[in-house]
Amino acid sequence: MTRPMLEARGLTLHFGAIPALVDVTIDVAEGEVVAIVGESGSGKTTLLRVLSGLMPPDAGTVRWLGEDVHAMGEAARRRLLRTDWGFVHQNPRDGLRLNVSAGGNVGERLMAIGARHYGNIRGEALSWLAKVEIDATRIDDLPRTFSGGMQQRLQIARTLVTHPKLVFMDEPTGGLDVSVQARLLDLIRSLSRELGLSVLIVTHDIAAARLLADRILVMRRGRVVEQGLTDRVLDDPQHPYTQLLVSSVLAA
Amino acid sequence: MSPPDDRSAEGGGDLNRPGQTKGPVMEGYNFAYLDEATKRMLRRTILKAVAIPGHQIPFGAREMPLPYGWGTGGIQVTAAILGPSDTLKVIDQGADDTTNAVSIRRFFTRVAGVATTERTAEATIIQTRHRIPEQALREDQVIVYQVPQPEPLSRLEPRRAETKRLHSLADYGLMHVRLYEDIARYGHIAKAYDYPVMVNGRYLMAPSPIPAFDNPKMDRMPALQLFGAGREKRIYAVPPYTEVRSLDFEDHPFRPIRAPHACALCGSRESYLDEVITDDRGGRLFVCSDTDYCSGRVALREAAE
Repeated sequence: MTRPMLEARGLTLHFGAIPALVDVTIDVAEGEVVAIVGESGSGKTTLLRVLSGLMPPDAGTVRWLGEDVHAMGEAARRRLLRTDWGFVHQNPRDGLRLNVSAGGNVGERLMAIGARHYGNIRGEALSWLAKVEIDATRIDDLPRTFSGGMQQRLQIARTLVTHPKLVFMDEPTGGLDVSVQARLLDLIRSLSRELGLSVLIVTHDIAAARLLADRILVMRRGRVVEQGLTDRVLDDPQHPYTQLLVSSVLAA
Repeated sequence: MSPPDDRSAEGGGDLNRPGQTKGPVMEGYNFAYLDEATKRMLRRTILKAVAIPGHQIPFGAREMPLPYGWGTGGIQVTAAILGPSDTLKVIDQGADDTTNAVSIRRFFTRVAGVATTERTAEATIIQTRHRIPEQALREDQVIVYQVPQPEPLSRLEPRRAETKRLHSLADYGLMHVRLYEDIARYGHIAKAYDYPVMVNGRYLMAPSPIPAFDNPKMDRMPALQLFGAGREKRIYAVPPYTEVRSLDFEDHPFRPIRAPHACALCGSRESYLDEVITDDRGGRLFVCSDTDYCSGRVALREAAE
């Protein structure tokens, strides 16, 4: 197996007396989709924030292609966040500029890394809107006129336009209705396969994890209680908490 | 600043044009109104600003005897660099005879007793609101801009701490998003004044609300350019012969905007024009916004006739 792109070792973080992360170790290889599941408050989002360099851990290291993410300067980390990495927020309003048109939103990351040709930026924006199934005539509309599902797809287009290698997703389907969720999951799956993306996705939706992920990590109270291939973990859960989690999924 | 060499020849003559004037100096004020400690603080700030072209340096702006928005920043910068042998010119949107220009000029006549002029060529310090004179400035001149909002990103990112971080990381994608939005909506970059510029390839700078027409004049200007924002308490500078580039796209290059007319008074087709409404039936007139440039050309034409 090739060397993982993202390696995290012994991450520990406390919020006062509350342990948010306890000795978490995680690897993400190229083209791999890893899901982090667990109940709310189990430290999933905190783990994502630490891994993406937004929050420093008390102990432990995060390495991207061998380089320590938390030791690099802020300028380098920001460059990483808008080139090799992408971040899809749970709430599209956090990841989009609502007073900037859809095309401008998609183009922003391109312009941030130095694209200065209007025609090319617009062409790229149009092709990405097509990929996420947003009608080309909406390119100059403001995102606030979009539905929730469209906003989330726009956020994905905006994130993927610079061809990142790794995308962090924080419950991308949260707050959407079931049919929209299904389409969005389908979109994420096809795009990640097509582009060979690595994805680290946080979700509390076991079904979404089964659909998307190659590997799964189950977190509880800041600890990784179980990890392994998705089918193995979900079909043959070892840890009592995982068993509870899997058995509590509603069958439609 | 030392006066230009040709100034000693002036003084009397030429009754047609308002030349240099000296009025009575008011008693009880330090030279140029501000106390010496304040002027030293301002000069330190100015030196720092010159050392980092385009970077905004905070300073302790004083209350001045005129309201914010009337040039409190520019007037403090002028006071700090003014010497007894300087000749001051003050313009307001290009004109020497409008309220703001007249009152600031009179202020410095009273509190510093310096010579003032309306002629660009004779001035050693030019304080300006929203214009750069048409006549090219020289190395021995300083131009002081009055700046209402020194932060070019203020409309895009309201948090000062965040814009500071964006400046330190030279992260100016946001400004290009704004220009992109203009082209998407209007087909061209719609910003006609306070058009953002990159200084020395490093800092994004607000050139104060001068028309975009004047932006090319800032590039490699021989004169020192100082910018003072009194309400926002920032000073910044462009040293002589520094590259100042207006932001644009490769396929939508920057173009200075000018009304496509000739000046009704002097006939200039190169200068920046003001539109003057003459009646309520749609009558209008285009005249040079730079009154000194315009009257100079009119005088030349009359002399030739």
